[in-house]
Amino acid sequence: MKPRHKRFALIGGGVAVLGIAAALVLNAFQSNLVFFFTPTQVAAGEAPKGKTFRIGGMVKEGSLKRQPDGLTMQFIVTDTAKEFPVAYTGILPDLFREGKGVVAQGKLGENGLFTASEVLAKHDENYMPPEAQHAVDQAHKAAKTVKQ
Amino acid sequence: MSNGIINWFKFSSPQTFYPLAGKMIPWFWALTAIFGVAGLTIGFFVAPTDAQQGEGYRIIFVHVPASWMSMFIYLVMAFWAALGLGFNTRLSGMMASALAPTGALMAFLSLWTGALWGKPMWGTWWVWDARLTSELILFFLYLGFIALQSAIDDARRADKAGAVLALVGVINIPIIYFSVKWWNTLHQGASVSLTKSPSMAQTMLWGMLLMALAFWMYSIAVSLTRVRAIILERERHAGWVEELPELKS
Repeated sequence: MKPRHKRFALIGGGVAVLGIAAALVLNAFQSNLVFFFTPTQVAAGEAPKGKTFRIGGMVKEGSLKRQPDGLTMQFIVTDTAKEFPVAYTGILPDLFREGKGVVAQGKLGENGLFTASEVLAKHDENYMPPEAQHAVDQAHKAAKTVKQ
Repeated sequence: MSNGIINWFKFSSPQTFYPLAGKMIPWFWALTAIFGVAGLTIGFFVAPTDAQQGEGYRIIFVHVPASWMSMFIYLVMAFWAALGLGFNTRLSGMMASALAPTGALMAFLSLWTGALWGKPMWGTWWVWDARLTSELILFFLYLGFIALQSAIDDARRADKAGAVLALVGVINIPIIYFSVKWWNTLHQGASVSLTKSPSMAQTMLWGMLLMALAFWMYSIAVSLTRVRAIILERERHAGWVEELPELKS
């Protein structure tokens, strides 16, 4: 083995060890790395109880309602399996739409109502002109679930 | 290693690489201009409006190419770092240091354009989700690499230290790339990837790919220019540098 080969072996080995270490660390911190919990995860009790966390999913079609006070909006976040009602007082972001992704930060109350202090729109990876949007199959949209 | 058709090791000497780089630079600038003009024309005038985001989506023509470049330049930097450590070639270290500032610029552009898009679309400039945070770490890795190299006076030692940092940091690249798959992030998944057909309109895709090519050509052109400057600086006492026609006058 020439010294040159030894050095390359050392480099390769070093990067491989670091890679494994990184994989283990990331795996251990898995729960801290998720930006939001899906309604299914929340229903399963994986989200921190009594603490602030983020819930993410799709805004259920036809669920957006303005409360009598005129400022509070209520909508349902769903991942098609489970759903949670979310209340938010404030201005919703431009991309907030029914049937589109959303991430809300707040607390889950005893009554199952999630009171959000911040609502962010989550855009999907699809970029298309308005005409093409019309052509998108409605059934396909409904079948699309939030990535776990 | 002289059994190959081209003896690649010949170009690992700064003396032979310097004029070769000089000859290539104008070509890469020309290609930058061609791809850049074509990409921007499609991006601003041909590509349709996005159904959801309106005109704001056009930031992708800069954001995505810059993000790709920031990751790819780091891989190339780590490649040169490994070669430099293994073969002890002088040029490898110089290549790595020449790439770092451009990589840092790309990472910064990616973060900055992302923030500009994030405010109107998501409703926030910044969130600590896995994709954004790992890209920020990439930016800091570039800055750390540059700082570490300039903190060490001896060029060869600076190269070695920088190479180790570059190789350690390379772990971050797959994390950035797969972050949107591995974890729930606010950042959307990849619209374009090797494993599935792109989920965006054809003309938008073309504009983006042309801009990506323009960013590639730009990065190569500036890096070659920078590596020539580094070669001159480090080899200033060598005989061949004194013989250079452009320095003789």
